Amino acid sequence: MRVALFVTCLVDLFRPTVGFAAIRLLEQAGCTVEVPRAQTCCGQPAYNSGDRADAKAIALQLFDAFAGYDHIVVPSGSCAGMIRVHYPGLFADDPVNLPRAEDIASRTWELTSFLVDVCGMEEVTAHYDRAVTYHDACSGLRELGVKLQPRQLLGSVVGLRLEELSDAEVCCGFGGTFCIKYPEISDKMVTDKAADIAAAGAEAVLAGDLGCLLNIAGKLSRQGRRIEVRHVAEVLAGMTEEVPPIGAPR
Amino acid sequence: MLATSRNFEANARAGLADDNLQRALGLARTGFPLRRRLATERLPEFEELREEGRAIKDHTLAHLDFYLELYESNVVASGGKVHWAPTPQEACAAVRQICRSVGAKTVTKGKSMVAEEVGLNEFLEANGITPIETDLGEYIIQLRHEPPSHIIAPAIHLVKEQVAETFRAEHHALDPARSLSEPRQMCDEARAMLRPRFLAADVGITGANFLVAETGSSIIVTNEGNGDLTQTLPRVHIVMTSIEKVVPTLEDAATLLRLLARSATGQEFSSYTTISTGPRRPGDLDGPEQYHVILLDNGRSALLGTEFRDMLRCIRCAACLNHCPVYAAVGGHAYGWVYPGPMGAVLTPSLIGIEEAGHLPNASTFCGRCESVCPVKIPLPKMMRHWRDREFAKRLNPPVYRSALSLWAWTARRPALYHAVAELAARTLGWAGRYRGRFRSLPLANGWTAVRDMPAPEGRSFHSLWAERRK
Repeated sequence: MRVALFVTCLVDLFRPTVGFAAIRLLEQAGCTVEVPRAQTCCGQPAYNSGDRADAKAIALQLFDAFAGYDHIVVPSGSCAGMIRVHYPGLFADDPVNLPRAEDIASRTWELTSFLVDVCGMEEVTAHYDRAVTYHDACSGLRELGVKLQPRQLLGSVVGLRLEELSDAEVCCGFGGTFCIKYPEISDKMVTDKAADIAAAGAEAVLAGDLGCLLNIAGKLSRQGRRIEVRHVAEVLAGMTEEVPPIGAPR
Repeated sequence: MLATSRNFEANARAGLADDNLQRALGLARTGFPLRRRLATERLPEFEELREEGRAIKDHTLAHLDFYLELYESNVVASGGKVHWAPTPQEACAAVRQICRSVGAKTVTKGKSMVAEEVGLNEFLEANGITPIETDLGEYIIQLRHEPPSHIIAPAIHLVKEQVAETFRAEHHALDPARSLSEPRQMCDEARAMLRPRFLAADVGITGANFLVAETGSSIIVTNEGNGDLTQTLPRVHIVMTSIEKVVPTLEDAATLLRLLARSATGQEFSSYTTISTGPRRPGDLDGPEQYHVILLDNGRSALLGTEFRDMLRCIRCAACLNHCPVYAAVGGHAYGWVYPGPMGAVLTPSLIGIEEAGHLPNASTFCGRCESVCPVKIPLPKMMRHWRDREFAKRLNPPVYRSALSLWAWTARRPALYHAVAELAARTLGWAGRYRGRFRSLPLANGWTAVRDMPAPEGRSFHSLWAERRK
């Protein structure tokens, strides 16, 4: 299978390791992976701010960048959901481009869901000796049905013990521009999330979306809690030795 | 009701700083979702029922004129009267005219959000008629001169100690030695105060959960039985409701009732479900002499045919409030008008304007939990986004925000430039944060760093590293 990786703007800027982890996992699943250079962002900041013209322009750019690949894989439920669920709606009034939107939507997957649901991956070769908890990022969970896939793969990681989080399906308070527009409300939400993570007795918290992870890591470190924060792909690809946790000193 | 939605941010800060509110919300946030989940798990066909509920409402809205006229003709046939009220002023005026015609001094009221929407209590008081709320929560907040903070649990923002204080302050005959530490004791106290009022009232006003076109009936659900006393004891019963409450048949109403109670409180059915059809007939043992229905539009019919039409499916169960993390953080009063939470974030701009209520559809992370529990599958986040579309089109966002967004979008449409900027930012921030791995403050990122650290980037952008490895 010829697969294109959509890196996402946050992984590109903050956490390139997640991109390399995704490539390693996809190659282990037997895919040929390419990273089209003409990609930037999925357009969600514009789309969620009511700026549909810019969102469409950015989406059209992705149509071209990802033309011809069997699948497009994204290490983020939020960005994958934007393409898979929202692009067809964005072009609903544009009969010329709607088929292209539907086409890219049908080929786009969140990483863990692609590995399990499309590639049939059942286990990984990785080691992570921690009590771990998992936060279900909202878009992946509710737009794409990502829930069991990461847990199934994490179950094969040697040394990893999964402690479920109470309210794992409740938003962490990131919400893109929300966390900057309404910082006090976002703070309350991420403070509750941090308390739940601590109460789960976890040494590490994982999720499949870097936005949530930056938010959670930022709050945990502000509170002085020593709990590791990592993208699930880093753990599944066995790359935890290569880079410190998110927000941790080198 | 005077809107303060414009002050959402200040209202929210006040809510976050209110310890009693936070205690009260803490209890609600775990209770309601748990009870709903248990109730829906006990009903294997719940998902099919949601689909059916949506279909009933969609069908009715597609033929709303037909069903409203059918409903009116059946109300008239059963001896009642329908008053069409395009605006809140006309709804209030209709109530005044009915009250004056019977010389009413006091009016008992069952819970009605439409009555809140039209500001009925203030209007009646200004016209020399005393309204008495009979739902326990509504009674408490009436004593406190507060608006409801939730559409089915109006006093959910209070802890029981505050209720006891209110009773001690307002019930002048209350023996100071009497204990009010348990909910049961407070309930008994309220009941003792309300019982003579029920008997003395000239007019009883209730809302309606559903109106049934085929029979001309109105249906209310309560857990306290106060609605029954309100509508059967006085000589006149007024139903204060709005046009989208109509459904074609009793069978349809039964389907929606099964969804309503489970979604709202996790009950299989509410304690009291009361169907009223017209006034007392010859031979009836009880019931009012007159039966009036005030049908409010107030902007609802203007939503038909727009991207907000689906909002008219709402059956006011409050599941979206109960599952909303923003509502759980700030409480209902922060929203500044009658309808809070996700349903309010969509409905309020429709009814009082996006200029006044612009914050409401913005104060959402689009987590989607509201839509996932909505019994009639209203795509609430999608409609909040539609409000943001209109806001952007009207240029109502702050200019700084618009400029930043434009600059970002302009760059994102130029991949080569975008990659260069990303690499520069990754290197700069990565270098600056190379020891600690995070920033406690960062220029232009105060909204973020005021409450949490900003993790430092690794130091190179993915695309730069990838390009080097591919050489």
